[in-house]
Amino acid sequence: MKTLLKLGVAGLALALASGAAQAADKLSIYHWFEYIPQELLDKFSSETGIEVTMDTFDSNESMLATLKAGGMGSYDVAVPGDYMVEIMINEGLLDTFERSELQNFDNIQDQWVDVSFDPGRRHSIPYQWGSTSFAVNRDMFSGNIRTTDILFNPPEELRGKINMLDSQGEVILMAQLHLGIPQCSTDRDQLRALDALLQEAKAHWASFGSDTAKDVLVSGDAAVGQIWNGFSAKAREEGANIEYSYPAQGYVAWMDNVVLLRDAPNRASAIKFMDFLLEADNAAAVTNFAQYTSGVEGVTPLLTEALQNSPEANPPADAPTGTFIAVCDEETQALYDAVWTRLKK
Amino acid sequence: MAGALNPGGGGAASGVFGALRGWLLAPSLIVIGFFLLAPVCMMLIYSFLTKDFRGGVIWEFSLAAYDQFIFDRGLFGDEPPKIEWIYITIFWRSIWQAAIATILCLVIGFPTAYFIATRPAATRTVWLFLVTIPYWVNLLIRTVSMKFLIRDTGPLNEWLIQFGVIDTPIHVINTNIAVQLGLFYSYLPFMVLPIYASVERYNFALSEAARDLYASRWTTLREVLLPTVKPGIVAGCILVFVPSLGAFLAPDLLGGAKTFMIGSLIEEQFKGNAGNWPFGAAASMILLTVVLIVLMIYARQQSRAEERGH
Repeated sequence: MKTLLKLGVAGLALALASGAAQAADKLSIYHWFEYIPQELLDKFSSETGIEVTMDTFDSNESMLATLKAGGMGSYDVAVPGDYMVEIMINEGLLDTFERSELQNFDNIQDQWVDVSFDPGRRHSIPYQWGSTSFAVNRDMFSGNIRTTDILFNPPEELRGKINMLDSQGEVILMAQLHLGIPQCSTDRDQLRALDALLQEAKAHWASFGSDTAKDVLVSGDAAVGQIWNGFSAKAREEGANIEYSYPAQGYVAWMDNVVLLRDAPNRASAIKFMDFLLEADNAAAVTNFAQYTSGVEGVTPLLTEALQNSPEANPPADAPTGTFIAVCDEETQALYDAVWTRLKK
Repeated sequence: MAGALNPGGGGAASGVFGALRGWLLAPSLIVIGFFLLAPVCMMLIYSFLTKDFRGGVIWEFSLAAYDQFIFDRGLFGDEPPKIEWIYITIFWRSIWQAAIATILCLVIGFPTAYFIATRPAATRTVWLFLVTIPYWVNLLIRTVSMKFLIRDTGPLNEWLIQFGVIDTPIHVINTNIAVQLGLFYSYLPFMVLPIYASVERYNFALSEAARDLYASRWTTLREVLLPTVKPGIVAGCILVFVPSLGAFLAPDLLGGAKTFMIGSLIEEQFKGNAGNWPFGAAASMILLTVVLIVLMIYARQQSRAEERGH
């Protein structure tokens, strides 16, 4: 009887061990499109033996929709922006980890440890941060571009040649900065002014498109494009004679973060991956590819020279600081949703 | 619609498979029930639920989604209700775009199908093959290619300028014309193939007989050929119109996504910032109802026409 029991325990232990080994073999990532070099994923796989699969999304909102519509439990990590981290925490979609679980936790730059959207970094680590503003084709326009008038009250030669991001948060925040009104405002006059501004400006816009934001600038379809700074740098490298603007009225700041999802099927792999991304070498590989800015210590000397001096990643000294998108409550959000629907009616 | 595609078919096989018929039908019934009826029922239920903040539903009955579709209570929701024109406009615009795309497909598709059906049997397959080849490529890639072709600095405009046909590029991209072109190009084979199937079965001796009886070419076409191949034409029109109505790739990529179409409006409710699932489901139900009504009107007219024919 005793031997039988022993055998059973041994068998159970074996089963558990093999189960654990199998679970540690995989990692499932839900990531933005064109945001991580394949070589880096290959490096992770060869270092750890973990097999990586990745699906991509093109907006924070579509990621949230996929996760809420049954995607939970199939991914281990996702890469939401700042305000979306806060939303996902509120919705209970994220798992927590202890600092001690991540050997490289201290590599996070001090300014990014105690962030408003995840105080103390209990659910997320920094991935990349940057800004959303706009780029202007310098063959088409040589005047002053450091003003949001370019988007909302464009000079004659740029009218009808503007591509906006198909992203409610970023379009509305730029309009709020242009008008100098606060986010999540429920003041009726301010909301009416915002609505009127967008309706008027839309007549000068050619299109809305996020995943096409770079291509329309490179192909010349658009002379002005609302765009993320790293994507603008890529467009410039691909031959567009464009200049990225840091307008005086302000611009959108953002930080993407790797979060640990609740019900992650491979939690251990996810922790390893987060640790991996906090190594300066690997963070630098992401930055060199995506051309934004890392939140990890010791990355700067590892960047390409072009990137260290890139005008997109280094705002001029007199530029204001960027503004993060605020998370509004349900009733307020409904007002801004209505403004957006009216804009695209 | 099945009747339109297969006039006068069926009947002969029932004797052989009589006993087995129930079993043989089971797989298709299960597929239809599981992948068609179940989702539609889910959509219907969801459209009557309360929206949860940022996607999802609360299981409480609510008419809010339909109310939002029909009534406009102002930006702040406290004005007396008026009729909401935003969504009706979006629906009307989509129907209009789909109708134009269907007409374009018919104008180009009918002669193409007639041409193919009148070739010798040996070369017909080659022509049909040629019609279908572009459709081996993914719809997204075809739509993006179309965008590259028609843009202001694209090859089409450059050739036209080079050959002196025009001086300044024709601005097509990000207009309704671009959307219609995209829809036309996406769904052309859906028009050509059913019409081809009808014309191929057409007995050309009938045309000859009409000509012998001194009917003009035009009269022969109108009075003899067209009534005979009408089921194919109608099937083609439905097959082009219905998917065009819900399309969002062409409007987004070629039309510049500046205005919502039915497809993109519904997509926004699930994938966009609005996260209003019940409203997305309600808009889908309304779309479904519109399409069903159109199909039922057609079916009724068809059966009346048949009665008159007897």
